[in-house]
Amino acid sequence: MPETYEPRIVAFFCNWCTYLAADLAGTSRMKYAPNIRVIRLMCSGRVDPQFVLDAFAAGADGVLIGGCHPGDCHYQEGNYKTLRRFHLLKRVLLDMGIEEDRFRLEWISASEGDKVRTVVNDMVAKVRALGPLRRATPSTAVHEEVAAL
Amino acid sequence: MDLAEKVLDVVAAVDIVFWPVALDFKRRDVEEMADGAVAAAFVNGAIRTSEQEEMARLLRRKSKLLFAFGSCAHLGGIPGLANLSSRETILECVYGEGARPLAEWRDNGRTVTLPEFYDEVMALNQVVDVDYYIPGCPPTPKIVAQALEALLSGNMPEKGAVLAPDRALCEECPRRDTRPEKLALAGFKRPHEVLADPEQCLLAQGLVCMGPATRGGCEALCVQGNMPCSGCFGPTSRVRDYGGKALSALASMVDSNDAAEIERILQSVPDPTGTLYRYSLPSSLLRRKRAEVSHA
Repeated sequence: MPETYEPRIVAFFCNWCTYLAADLAGTSRMKYAPNIRVIRLMCSGRVDPQFVLDAFAAGADGVLIGGCHPGDCHYQEGNYKTLRRFHLLKRVLLDMGIEEDRFRLEWISASEGDKVRTVVNDMVAKVRALGPLRRATPSTAVHEEVAAL
Repeated sequence: MDLAEKVLDVVAAVDIVFWPVALDFKRRDVEEMADGAVAAAFVNGAIRTSEQEEMARLLRRKSKLLFAFGSCAHLGGIPGLANLSSRETILECVYGEGARPLAEWRDNGRTVTLPEFYDEVMALNQVVDVDYYIPGCPPTPKIVAQALEALLSGNMPEKGAVLAPDRALCEECPRRDTRPEKLALAGFKRPHEVLADPEQCLLAQGLVCMGPATRGGCEALCVQGNMPCSGCFGPTSRVRDYGGKALSALASMVDSNDAAEIERILQSVPDPTGTLYRYSLPSSLLRRKRAEVSHA
């Protein structure tokens, strides 16, 4: 593994809880691994499985979804829908050779800045240990050869 | 083509210049035509070998319009599920330990070669430019007839269109009115596990029906035969990844808020990837199982 490997993790955080928690972590000057790229959505229920697939297809080494604790969803049941999709998507990702530790769902309320730090650090360490996702892109050489015929 | 006697009208309207499964034309006949000499080519099948790719490229060059005909050409199809296994695993399974076909044979100054077996299965548009898509496994006679009528009358939609209505199958399903507003399922059933009621929405009966995520136009033939939709028409134009969208629809119906219970209910879908991507794995965002890469 090249020493320069830094995991790239796409984090989908909901507007009402986890994004505020990340904000709190920032204003509280907590330090955590700089490997996540946060995307704010109104609700974790807005995370279409296609977003997760697209992130992995585009080269993310991990995907983290953060939403409100069960019962706390601003839209009442968005996070439950996420939970259901998460369990099914996890199995599809395993079939596609994407390990369990690369895809994570966490409930983090607006006051849990510290949990953002713990979760992100833990996930970065695990994804770092797994190494880059590096989905091999198919070689185009053979197709160029056939096209030339 | 499943047109029955209607095929005679087609033959009367056009010259068929190449039809390997029905008429005795050779590849050489196509090679000898001028580029762009063919008005339209209907190409079926996914691309897995160099021979298939050569044929696709040849037909693309000779034809003004290229149609991907059927699920395999459109989305990769059922053979596309081979993308869950590596090339080596497949060869190992078919030929056994260490044995491999002889790819090249020389005899009397001639060399005979086998086509290259690629790393992955591809949909037609991953190899050549495709003008239109005729969905279905197989495309239904009505869809095929409509495509031919549009072609012959010069009334074709915008390039890249799938030649079927751009709405979900549920919209045209004869059982549409029996579908509850909110589906809440305590478990999924497979067709052999249940005697399905022939009137009621199959999803409401717990069967995994892909109607909500699948493009309509087939007139719900499977549902009319009391079998759930398996998704052969693929997604509508607003969806990038069919399986992802179908997953979203299906998982949302699970009637539980408890992680362990959700997990248990979803276990009643034994093969999610094969179910959600039955016809579309090669054209999905991830395309194939991640190749084993060495971290050396």
